[in-house]
Amino acid sequence: MAYKKRVDGRKVDELRPMEAKAGVIPNADGSAYFKIGNTVAYAAVYGPRELYPKFLQNPKTGIIRCFYNMMPFSGSGERIRPGGNRRSKEISLVMTNALAPVIDLSEFPNTVVDIFVELPQTDAGTRCAAISAVAIALADAGIPMKDMVSSVAVGQVDGTVVADLNYNEEAYPAIVSDIPVAMLHNSKQVTLLQMDGEISKKDLLVALEMAKIATEQVYAVQMKALKERFQ
Amino acid sequence: MSLLTKERDIVIPGEALAEGMDYLPGENTYRESEKIYSKVLGLASITGRVLKVTSLSGPYIPRVGDKIICKVTDITFSGWRIDTNTAYSAMLNVKDATARFIRKEEDLSKILSIGDYVVAMIVNVTSQNLIDLSMKEPGMHKLLGGRIIKINTHKVPRVIGKQGSMITLIKERTQTEITVGQNGLIWLKGTPEGELKAEQAIHLVEEKSHLEGLTEKIQQFLS
Repeated sequence: MAYKKRVDGRKVDELRPMEAKAGVIPNADGSAYFKIGNTVAYAAVYGPRELYPKFLQNPKTGIIRCFYNMMPFSGSGERIRPGGNRRSKEISLVMTNALAPVIDLSEFPNTVVDIFVELPQTDAGTRCAAISAVAIALADAGIPMKDMVSSVAVGQVDGTVVADLNYNEEAYPAIVSDIPVAMLHNSKQVTLLQMDGEISKKDLLVALEMAKIATEQVYAVQMKALKERFQ
Repeated sequence: MSLLTKERDIVIPGEALAEGMDYLPGENTYRESEKIYSKVLGLASITGRVLKVTSLSGPYIPRVGDKIICKVTDITFSGWRIDTNTAYSAMLNVKDATARFIRKEEDLSKILSIGDYVVAMIVNVTSQNLIDLSMKEPGMHKLLGGRIIKINTHKVPRVIGKQGSMITLIKERTQTEITVGQNGLIWLKGTPEGELKAEQAIHLVEEKSHLEGLTEKIQQFLS
C-alpha cells in the first residue's frame, strides 16, 4: 500500500484535463480531435463509400473499418517504427468492435465507413482517446448512431484503484494493472474491456464502478465539442 | 411524460428527446422503452406529437425525382455507368439518355464519353440503393465546359434558397451559369473572375447556412 499519492498529484478518480473539437479536418466527411493529458488523437471519417475487395461487402448493412496509427515521434522515448504492426492491428480491431454496436448502417448496404486515427503525441490511454475521438468524428460525419461511446482507462497501481493512468503510472515499479473500458452513455453497456497486469476481484469491481463515472466525464466533453460545432 | 428538448436545439446521437408515450419517434429518432432518442447530430423539431431530427451533415441519400449532377465512368452494352457522388454508382440506359433513335451498332461514346458530366434525374432506387437515371426529363443535359465544385449535400436547399432566390442572386451578380445537383455537386460556367466569386459565395452560404440574415450577408459579399 505504498501508492498513496499519484505521480502527477491527481486524486484517485480524477481524469487528466480533456479537450475536444469536432470538424478539424475539412477534407474528411467527419473529423475530431481529442486530447486527454498528453495523449492527443485525431480521427477522420470517410464514407459511407464503395467497399472493395468485394467479398467484404455485406448486402444487409454497411460496415466500419478502423485504422489506428501512432506517429513515429509520438512516444516519449525511442522513435516508433512507422507503419502497421501487431499492436496497431489489434487496437484497430478492438476499436471496430467497440464502435460497431452503436452504428446503424442498414440504410447503406454494401458500403464501408473508413475511420483513421492518428496519434501525434502519446502518454498512455491511446486506444481510449482514439475511441472517444472517433465517436465525435462519426457523429460529425452524420453517421446514424444509437448512442455515444466514451472511453477511458482505469486500473490499479500498487493496491490503489485509480482512473486514467498515465505512462509513469503504467510503468510504476510495483504490481500495476491497466484496464481500458469503453461504455455506452444510455445503456451503460461495455463495448471494450481489456486488461494488462494483475488486479484482485474486489479491486476490479471498484475499478469498473469508477469507469462508469469516468466515462460520463468523457461524454460531457464529447457532447460539448459536438454542440459547439454549429454555434 | 415530458419533452427533454426544445425546437431547433442541437442534439447529438443518443441524446434523449422525450420521456413517456405522449410523443412519437419521427425521422432520425428511435424509441427504446420509455424514451425517444436521437440517432444523428442535428436540429430537433417538434410537429404536433412527432419528434424528428434534421441532420446537419452526412451522406446524400438518393431519392426518386432528384436532379443530380454526375460523371460518366464507364460505357456498357446498353448504356453508361455513372458516378453519383454517393457510395453507389448508377445506370443510365440508352433509351433513357436521348429521345432520338440509336442504331444497334452506333458508338455510344459519341453521345456520352467517359469523364463527361451530365445533369440527370433519378427515376428508380431499389432497396439495395441501385440507382436508375434518366435524361429524358426537361432540363436534363450534358454539361459542356465550366467546372464542378462539391458542397455538403445538406446545405443544397440553402444554396438554392426559397424559390431559388439565393442561387438567382449569385447568378445575376456574378454573371455565371450555375446548376445545383441535389447530390452536392454544383456546375459553374462564366468568366474566370465570375466563377471564382460564385464559388466563394456558395462556400460562404455553406459555412453560414444556420445563421440569421444569410441573404444580406451574401448580398454584401457580392456587391
